[in-house]
Amino acid sequence: MEAILSARGLRKTYRRGGGVFSQGSDGARFTAVDDLSFEVARGETFAIVGESGCGKTTVARMLLRLIEPDAGQIYFAGENLLAARSVALRSLRRQMQMIFQDPFASLNPRMRVGEIVAEPLAIHEPGLTARGRRNTAVLMLARVGLGAEVLDRYPHEFSGGQRQRIGIARALILKPKLIVADEPVSALDVSVGAQVLLLLLELQHEFALTYVFISHSLPVVAQIATRIAVMRAGRFLEIGAAEEVLHHPRHDYTRELLAAVPALPRT
Amino acid sequence: MSDLLEAHGLSVELPTPAGWVRPVSEVSLRIAEGESLGLVGESGSGKTMLSLGLMGLLPPGARVSGEATLETGGSRRRLMALSESEWRAVRGGEIAMIFQEPMTSLNPVMRIGAQIEEAIRVHQPKLAASEVKRKAIDALQRAAVPEPAVRAQQFPHQLSGGLRQRAMIAMALAAGPRLLIADEPTTALDVTMQKQILALLDRLRRDLKLGLLFITHDLGVVAQVAERVAVMYAGRIIEEGSARDVLTKPKHPYTQGLLKASPTLKRGALTPIPGIVPQLTALPPGCAFEPRCEFRRSECTAAVPALRAAGENHQARCVLV
Repeated sequence: MEAILSARGLRKTYRRGGGVFSQGSDGARFTAVDDLSFEVARGETFAIVGESGCGKTTVARMLLRLIEPDAGQIYFAGENLLAARSVALRSLRRQMQMIFQDPFASLNPRMRVGEIVAEPLAIHEPGLTARGRRNTAVLMLARVGLGAEVLDRYPHEFSGGQRQRIGIARALILKPKLIVADEPVSALDVSVGAQVLLLLLELQHEFALTYVFISHSLPVVAQIATRIAVMRAGRFLEIGAAEEVLHHPRHDYTRELLAAVPALPRT
Repeated sequence: MSDLLEAHGLSVELPTPAGWVRPVSEVSLRIAEGESLGLVGESGSGKTMLSLGLMGLLPPGARVSGEATLETGGSRRRLMALSESEWRAVRGGEIAMIFQEPMTSLNPVMRIGAQIEEAIRVHQPKLAASEVKRKAIDALQRAAVPEPAVRAQQFPHQLSGGLRQRAMIAMALAAGPRLLIADEPTTALDVTMQKQILALLDRLRRDLKLGLLFITHDLGVVAQVAERVAVMYAGRIIEEGSARDVLTKPKHPYTQGLLKASPTLKRGALTPIPGIVPQLTALPPGCAFEPRCEFRRSECTAAVPALRAAGENHQARCVLV
């Protein structure tokens, strides 16, 4: 397997309490991510599953350097991500994009959809004309199932599923290599969530994308993951091929999570 | 089993800049004492507006038609004719509600015990203080809150998410209501915690012979808690029957579609429903699901189909049934 992403000894701690209402207790630190090492192969979907507070979102954000780890290394396409500065960092960043859980919060409400989707082009390809950006945006929107009539509308005019499609179009417009998706279908209705999951699978195939897919839901992850890491208290308790983890779990905690999934009666 | 709640042809209309919309349209349902009805629907289906109507908590300006009757301990109340002061006796005393986010019901600056005591005192003002206190701790104990006397002295923020949910359940049940409306009570919880709360609600329903109206978008959850299931789409109940029949032999194409779109641990079985839920301001004529339906025919747009018998105690609002 050829690793596109490799993390070694990742660690992140936060100060416990703190803030205006804290009562002393400075110095006590809480370990969100505890000495985590893993590799993600080119073209796979590496899913990180865990309950709230397990540290999965902190990992996602460190992979894109949205937050800085306290310790550890991240190599992306052979480059040392944490050591990259200015131009080198910008060129790495355009190859890795994020899709967020809440399509309502992640789109600028004052920007038109066309501007939102084309904005990364304006930053990373300053040579492109406004017309060129718009044309590229139209093609990408079409690919996620939205017509050119959406370009001049605002995010609030769209349903949750449509907003998530807009977020995906924006993430893909620079043709990145890696997408980190943090709970991308959790806020969506069941019928729409299924549409978005299938769209992500199609796009992965078409654009040769690698996904890091963060979710609390084993049934959702089962639809898309190549490999699954089960996370609790900042560590991976189990990591393996999706089929193995789902159907032959090794760790008691994985078994507990699987047993808690509410099952539908058999037809 | 006698019916605790019976709604007949209940509609709720709301004024919007684009004119009146009808989030709840001619809904009829019944819940017997000790029975659980799962109400399933996606966002915009009207399930939450229906529950607010049954609690007398509709937004100002709402227009209601149809009937809902609550029968408890020999008294029969027509809910839609109640005055606000009559509602105050029914809310909490006869019908209680719990929400997805416990902090919707809990006061952040009041100790848990004091909040539950307040809920009891509203309905039993003559009870001695010591008796009220004892009842509040009993309520926490019933909701399986460990060390109830200690927890009663704490504030909501000192409790974990799961304990807060239990405290909210304790408060909802403290004054002895007969019907509990639970609106997505486990949606924000982790699966392991969800499992515990579902088990708790099931036990309380059996022990206290509560009627339970459980609102959720999750078919897996409804399979765990409901004896009967009603599926809502664009304000109407489009299928109703025993949980087993509706979930294993769904007759309405929307119910069938929801089941196929629900992820399970098996890969590759996922089939989305095309399109999106229609806006209430622009409902299609006839069956509201027709534009998304793979089995649509010309007659589907002619009129809203009636609920038709699809088996014993099983009905679906579809011309194909």
